Amino acid sequence: MDAEAAKLVGAGLAAIGAGMAAIGVGNVFGSFLESALRNPAAADGQQGRLFIGFAAAELLGLLAFVVAMILIFVA
Amino acid sequence: MAAESGKIDPMHQFEIAPIFNGGFELAGQTITFTNSALWMLLTLVAVWVFMQGGMKRELVPGRWQLMVEGFTGFIDDMMTANIGAEGRKYAPYVFSLFMFILFANILGLIPIGVVGGHPFTVTSHLTITGVLAIVSFSIVLIVGFARHGFHFFSLFVPHGTPLPMIPFIFVVELLSFLVRPFSLGLRLFVAMTAGHILLKVLAGFVINSTNAGIGYGLLVGLPSLTLMVGISALEILVAVVQAYVFALLTSLYINDAVNLH
Repeated sequence: MDAEAAKLVGAGLAAIGAGMAAIGVGNVFGSFLESALRNPAAADGQQGRLFIGFAAAELLGLLAFVVAMILIFVA
Repeated sequence: MAAESGKIDPMHQFEIAPIFNGGFELAGQTITFTNSALWMLLTLVAVWVFMQGGMKRELVPGRWQLMVEGFTGFIDDMMTANIGAEGRKYAPYVFSLFMFILFANILGLIPIGVVGGHPFTVTSHLTITGVLAIVSFSIVLIVGFARHGFHFFSLFVPHGTPLPMIPFIFVVELLSFLVRPFSLGLRLFVAMTAGHILLKVLAGFVINSTNAGIGYGLLVGLPSLTLMVGISALEILVAVVQAYVFALLTSLYINDAVNLH
């Protein structure tokens, strides 16, 4: 395969990582909402942890985006 | 490039260009006043005006003062919740960080492009978010070593680690500690960059499909425009959430330095 084509295919494959991160972020907020509705009184105290989980899940998706950008523009 | 080929370049918005000619030489580099510097200055002015309007210390707060007190109270609560009573000492730093990132993110989203201006998001550059992350990390190191001396290294060995596991855990914890400034800076930079590229790509769809004919415009341009409206709303949310996450993670890292664990 041509090196330029391989780069673009790789950048496309990196988008799978972004999709996986979408599952992760959805899981974080979904689980939070599910348990927050069971015990609304405890929900407000856990908002900090919610966003830590969100940040961790999102970072991995953003790394996939960085890989795609490096393949297209840098490599 | 955009004009002759009919292709919209989504990366053009991130280009840093000097606003005035001239500048001076320093160590082989030309130092000029760039659009990045201009938008940082605008951010500073916006934060300053916002804070001045709300710091009149009236006994019965008006709407503006209520807004400012909402922000300060929010950061103050966050520091107290995450670090404890000592956390209020670090509230001014985290508050400045939060307000700067929040205002920079939102100013970059203002659609002054329709009147011919060029909005620039300063937080979409790793140089700027990286420096903010390094400042946060330095504060963690300085506070940690000043308060605990070399006892600070016990941060890397959690309580109750079995003896044979200590070298392994130490390396893992040290790595996860050292990667913090990178993840902190990278997260903000990539989140802002990705959103702005997405908006420009969709804007390119709208313009090119409408130029290709009314049928394409209705088929491709209109759904893209609708999507852009939704994504713009999402971008405002992302701007706020990323500023919050940066401040939250900084407060958690300072907590590690203040209290160990």
